[in-house]
Amino acid sequence: MIAKWFKTGSPWIWLNAAAVSACLIMIIGVLGLILVRGIGHFWPTEVVRFSYQEEGGQAKTIFGEIIDSSDTPAAIAKMSGFKMADDEDVLLQYQIKTGNRDVTGADFRWLQARNIQQQSLPEDIMVIERREWGNFYGQLVAVKENGAMIASGGQAWPVAQTKIDEALSIYGEINHLEKKEVGAINYRLEQLRLKQKSLELKNKLDETAKSVIEAEKTQLKKDYEQYQTQLRALYQKIRGGSLVAKTDGAAEIEIPLAKVVRIYQPNKMNLFEKMGHYGKKFAEFLAEDPREANTEGGIFPAIFGTIMMVLIMSVIVTPFGVIAAVYLREYAQQGFTTRLIRIAVNNLAGVPSVVYGVFGLGFFVYILGGHIDRLFYPESAPAPVFGTPGLLWASITLALLTLPVVIVATEEGLSRIPKSIREGSLALGATKFETLWNTVLPMASPAIMTGLILAVARAAGEVAPLMLVGVVKLAPTLPLDGNVPFIHLDRKFMHLGFHIYDVGFQSPNVEAARPLVYATALLLVLVIIGLNLTAIVIRNNLREKYRALEG
Amino acid sequence: MSEQTANSISSPAKSVPSKRYQQWRLMKDSLARYSVVVGGLGVIVAIVLIFFYLLYVVLPLFESAKASPIAEYDLPEKNAGKTLLLEAEEQNEVAVRFTDSGNINFFALASGKLLLNQKINVPDGVRISSFAQGSPINQGAVAYGLSDGKVIILKHQYKVTYPNNSRQITPSVAYPLGEQALVIDDSGAALEKLAVRVEPDSTTIAAKSGNKIHLVNFAKEQALFADEATTNRTAVTLDVTADGIAELLIDKEGRELYLLNNEGLLSAYDISDKSSPKLKHEQKVVEAGQTITSMAFLNGDLSLLIGDSAGRVSQWTQAKNELNQLSFKKIRSFNISTQAIVAIKAEQRRKGFLVVDAGGNVSLHHSTAERELIKQQVGAATPVAALISPRANRFLLETGDGKLHAWNIENEHPEVSFKSLWQKVWYESYPKPDYIWQSSSASNDFEPKYSLTPLVFGTLKAAFYAMSFALPLALMGAIYTAYFMAPPMRQIVKPAIELMGALPTVILGFLAGLWLAPFVEKNLAGLFLSLFLLPVSVMLFALFWQYLPKKYQQKVPEGWEAIVLIPFIICVAWFTFAISPALESFLFSGSMRDWFNRELGIGYDQRNALIVGIAMGFAVIPTIFSIAEDAIFSVPKHLTVGSLALGATTWQTMTKVVLLTASPGIFSAVMIGLGRAVGETMIVLMATGNTPVMDFSVFQGLRTLAANVAVEMPESEVDSTHYRVLFLTALVLFLFTFVVNTLAEVIRQRLREKYSSL
Repeated sequence: MIAKWFKTGSPWIWLNAAAVSACLIMIIGVLGLILVRGIGHFWPTEVVRFSYQEEGGQAKTIFGEIIDSSDTPAAIAKMSGFKMADDEDVLLQYQIKTGNRDVTGADFRWLQARNIQQQSLPEDIMVIERREWGNFYGQLVAVKENGAMIASGGQAWPVAQTKIDEALSIYGEINHLEKKEVGAINYRLEQLRLKQKSLELKNKLDETAKSVIEAEKTQLKKDYEQYQTQLRALYQKIRGGSLVAKTDGAAEIEIPLAKVVRIYQPNKMNLFEKMGHYGKKFAEFLAEDPREANTEGGIFPAIFGTIMMVLIMSVIVTPFGVIAAVYLREYAQQGFTTRLIRIAVNNLAGVPSVVYGVFGLGFFVYILGGHIDRLFYPESAPAPVFGTPGLLWASITLALLTLPVVIVATEEGLSRIPKSIREGSLALGATKFETLWNTVLPMASPAIMTGLILAVARAAGEVAPLMLVGVVKLAPTLPLDGNVPFIHLDRKFMHLGFHIYDVGFQSPNVEAARPLVYATALLLVLVIIGLNLTAIVIRNNLREKYRALEG
Repeated sequence: MSEQTANSISSPAKSVPSKRYQQWRLMKDSLARYSVVVGGLGVIVAIVLIFFYLLYVVLPLFESAKASPIAEYDLPEKNAGKTLLLEAEEQNEVAVRFTDSGNINFFALASGKLLLNQKINVPDGVRISSFAQGSPINQGAVAYGLSDGKVIILKHQYKVTYPNNSRQITPSVAYPLGEQALVIDDSGAALEKLAVRVEPDSTTIAAKSGNKIHLVNFAKEQALFADEATTNRTAVTLDVTADGIAELLIDKEGRELYLLNNEGLLSAYDISDKSSPKLKHEQKVVEAGQTITSMAFLNGDLSLLIGDSAGRVSQWTQAKNELNQLSFKKIRSFNISTQAIVAIKAEQRRKGFLVVDAGGNVSLHHSTAERELIKQQVGAATPVAALISPRANRFLLETGDGKLHAWNIENEHPEVSFKSLWQKVWYESYPKPDYIWQSSSASNDFEPKYSLTPLVFGTLKAAFYAMSFALPLALMGAIYTAYFMAPPMRQIVKPAIELMGALPTVILGFLAGLWLAPFVEKNLAGLFLSLFLLPVSVMLFALFWQYLPKKYQQKVPEGWEAIVLIPFIICVAWFTFAISPALESFLFSGSMRDWFNRELGIGYDQRNALIVGIAMGFAVIPTIFSIAEDAIFSVPKHLTVGSLALGATTWQTMTKVVLLTASPGIFSAVMIGLGRAVGETMIVLMATGNTPVMDFSVFQGLRTLAANVAVEMPESEVDSTHYRVLFLTALVLFLFTFVVNTLAEVIRQRLREKYSSL
């Protein structure tokens, strides 16, 4: 009976079906995991007040967010050194984010559920997001300005809010001055130094040139002094205020307003306030610079760097990819050469991406970049300009890496264009180039677009080669800014994929950074899946269109 | 469109285009043709360029070393006595000769021109009885032992100045412990043998006089408020008779003293406490019938090179033996010549050394790579002394006829040999030969370990586990999707699985490292149980399905089985993981991980090959699935229809007709998947501990070639051996994937032709 059933092959078919199901479950599972973890990051979690009594110890008050829980079977718990009563099957533990790293030395701790005496959500617990030392959890006691208390008790909260808003706007001003204005002055001073050196190298540094440079320098220095005075005044203003807060250990600590990003009382918030908070946090995530060794704040430079890199790469890869595809489809005799090219294309697609990184580093950076430096930038030696990993080299390396994607997609598009269209054009007296330029390529443009989108999706997610040719964990300046020549192709940049690797694995506080990594991963996945789906839709539309044409 | 056509037709009618315009059009056309051809061939150029560039960087590794004579001249100050030591400074401009009459001659290395002649101050009636080199060249200390039991320590120094933008090196002599001779042997007996180690604030001297070995230490102590430093002298006599002691050496830390006697007995003393030296162990290091003719430290002072009368140099290091005691181990020996070894000179930055034999043969060797790099007959007379420059790019040989021979050496990458890359190598201080990758360390005299074997092993191990996870799922999935699945479902499933391939590997690696690894660690039993339970339960489900009333069966049309299975599989998987903790407590009395460790001695790394297998398998599935599915789907329909018409079941048709026809395509899918698994970087970087161990255990970490490149490349110095070895690994990866992909592509092209002819 069973043997006969096996003979029909039906169990094997079911097993094969199960393989497909397993694949689908895995995809959905992975996407779901990223989605759930990534989305939750910005939601204000309630801060619980625990009354916690360890065996033989005093009852303590602990504030914190419940992050995770774990069940440990009794046998294992015993082995790890927990005392277990005979009737206990599992040891339930909660992971709590207690923050206050400056006070306790750690952001997280595990609490045993059995030792928790009491659990409540007092409305007056506040969370302070700080620029240093991570979150603070505690109760607001008072607001101080220049050492004098200006509000306490019930009034403290609204006063604190307005004070923080003031401080934030001052902080913004300081940031603007330091980064934009002073940064620009520094940049121009450096340019002047290079100009002087370059003239020196050419033996053209005469007195007039010298005096011109000197004059500019003095002007810049004067501007600099002026900004310095402004900055000093602003710092004076921002340093005055501080918040006095009580920790769960009932210690009172003073937090300077200059270090506060925002305060909120999650237990008091209603749904709409929470949504507002979520929106603000999400906007911060997209638009702000990272804080605290990338573990907090936003990822704007990474997004920006990724986009810049992908744009430059597209500019490079599109013409080359299209030309190669056109050659394969329109010009070449199908034969040995085309077979060879197809093999080359497949190999380009199959070579491990890290090998591209090695090639890019050795060939583009050290050889090409080194020569460019020697020829065009002798004045900045020994500091390399293009002879060091940077945006341009990363883009070119990835253009090489994604070339096969564009070629394959374009070729497919070209192959779908009916012969009759080309023949019609040629019959009307157009040259081959005119046919190509005026009819074939416009018709194939959606296919080219598809290829480009897929290439962009690939480049946005690629990390290994970028680690070698120009990505850094923290770039001090963006590759695009207000200083002539505006685009700085020689600069190093940040990248979403590398950001995930770096923050998730290289950061000093992986545990605290994890939610941010999930959020970044979610963003990257959404972008890439979005791009891929777009490409699929365009391709499908194209197929339909040509089918209609042929019919 | 029609409008456009009308336009282009009407335009020639309006105005007959000029001849020039026609020419311009044709020119544009041919210009386009040429540029397109160039662009098309550019793809081949790109791949060839990558290959040749990698090769271009790698090739210098395998170039043999070259030596060429640059000068030969008479010994400067020929009559100033016999040479004790030759040295050169960093830039190879100035060399110095120390003689047994106390003369110190500085001369130009290129021409032999005497630059400075100094003589040490030896009292009347006292002669120089021994000599020793005291510290590496950058400190340049030497010591003269005198016949009245005293010692003079001096340094040769070189000041580099740039007057008129040209380099000028001025040699000089300094006395770090004062010009006065220091008393070693109170009885005033001559110091016959000497070893000295000079450090900025401590100088250790070991000397043989009569039948005693004296150990004297001068430690400089800076009093807290005094300007003057006081020197503390500690002196002891070793508890050994010094008769027959032939060589004394102190290592660079001043912690170990080595004594070698005429019978070839080597003893090591612990002298870290200068007032109570302790014998650590001793051992015979020479074969019967031979005598030791030369002894020197290899750079780093962790191993000794001992040259004997039979022309052999053996390398000895201290390592723990089977009984966990320190002992001398002969880690390798070089049969250098048939004549006695005259001098051994170690390089100062690498593990290379220069050997001179009695026949005037000079040879350059590298210890780790066990290579003979250069062998050259130099000069006609018997050699007296030799030097190898600090950068190991010059050597100087003095021959008995009073001549000096200066040679240039080109020897950039002596560390690399077939053996050092692929075979077991016995490294310094290791108890036995091993495969080790450890490319760099902070210290200058570190022995780089460039064994690629553990990396290749790690790569293959990761690829193996990834493929064993991916192959069944991908191929079975491809079979079902291409042949059994309902077309509407296929239209969704195929892009969905291909989308899985578009997921950035950095995200898969991140999930594997931070989510999957801890999860698996906690649910190990569940994972293994599900491996077994899932297929079995699916089979049972299928069996059960058969007996379901037709009414329900028909709700799921043929080709939609996969949909029904999704909730079922989720339930089974949930069940296995839910009972996993209970199962572990019950079967393994605790956790399975601990049980493995306790009962079988298998250690468990959280980030291990199992995790990599799953994560990288996930990344490889879409590649294999997509290509294999295409191959199966494009099997011509008349073949399958014919088989079915002859009465075969669908499954029989599948296995006997479709799979056989599509097998080349499936093979190329597997090859391309393998290529991807071998070259994948981010997943292995994040999901393993990146420790280059060689262990078959699925619970141990690994390091792959690709991850190694990603980790070490940014820090390696351009054009160093390490840099080139990393390029070599990139080239190995490139070649591997090149072969695999070319093979796969050729097979696919063949298959396409076959299908179109069918």
